[in-house]
Amino acid sequence: MTLYAIIFYLLAALIIISTGIAITRRNMVHVVIYLVFSFFGTAMLFYLLGAPLLALLQIIIYAGAVMVLFLFIIMMLRVEAPEISMFPFSQWVPAAALCAASVVLGLLLLIPESQLGKPLETAIATPSDFGFYLFKRHWLTIELVSILLLVALVGAFHLGKSKLSAKSEDPS
Amino acid sequence: MIVPFSHVMILSGIVFLMGVFCAVARRNLIMILLGLEIMLNAASIAFVGGSLHFHLMEGQVFALFIIAAAAAEVSVGLALFVCVYRRTGSLDPGIGE
Repeated sequence: MTLYAIIFYLLAALIIISTGIAITRRNMVHVVIYLVFSFFGTAMLFYLLGAPLLALLQIIIYAGAVMVLFLFIIMMLRVEAPEISMFPFSQWVPAAALCAASVVLGLLLLIPESQLGKPLETAIATPSDFGFYLFKRHWLTIELVSILLLVALVGAFHLGKSKLSAKSEDPS
Repeated sequence: MIVPFSHVMILSGIVFLMGVFCAVARRNLIMILLGLEIMLNAASIAFVGGSLHFHLMEGQVFALFIIAAAAAEVSVGLALFVCVYRRTGSLDPGIGE
């Protein structure tokens, strides 16, 4: 077992434990904090798997921007935890069981692949290589994603504003 | 030499199942959106692992697009939740029961 393997298992344990704690907390702020740990672990895993630019983006966008957005909404809405924090078992167990079955089937599909047991070689895609590849081969997708982000911005703005403007137009 | 590719996929599967549990069992709209985030995160772990396994950079490109799509989804979703909260005064998806 090499040093890289030990680091991988430690990171996997960090991700699984922090996610597992996060999804069972009742206080929403604690949930978000534990998920930040989980996303930091994922960022380090990306670095281990040879994607340093994605590791940075994971920290900046996921652990930074998205989680802070969640924190803002949680603190703005002041949601009090309901006395029952989970649905009854009979409602969600079939959905979760179906999903677990499909995940297990997907993992079983991987078994016949011949070189599966071979450990992964370390490799690294430097940020400049990655950026050149991205803008050489996928420039159209980049443009589409930027349009998607713009549409999401306009949509969020409209959703947040519509109630106020309707109220100001209709004073009754 | 890191670990075999199957271990990366098993980690991704476990994290995905945790996200599914969070999305279907918790009685709070924000927890549902957080469960979606966990599931997307698991998918990007699988994509980056596959990128290293097959020596293709497409997996990392897809992980980047997953991050962008997740950011767009979160912004629209949270704006919707603010609308729901104004309308019903609660974020409980089972409020009609």
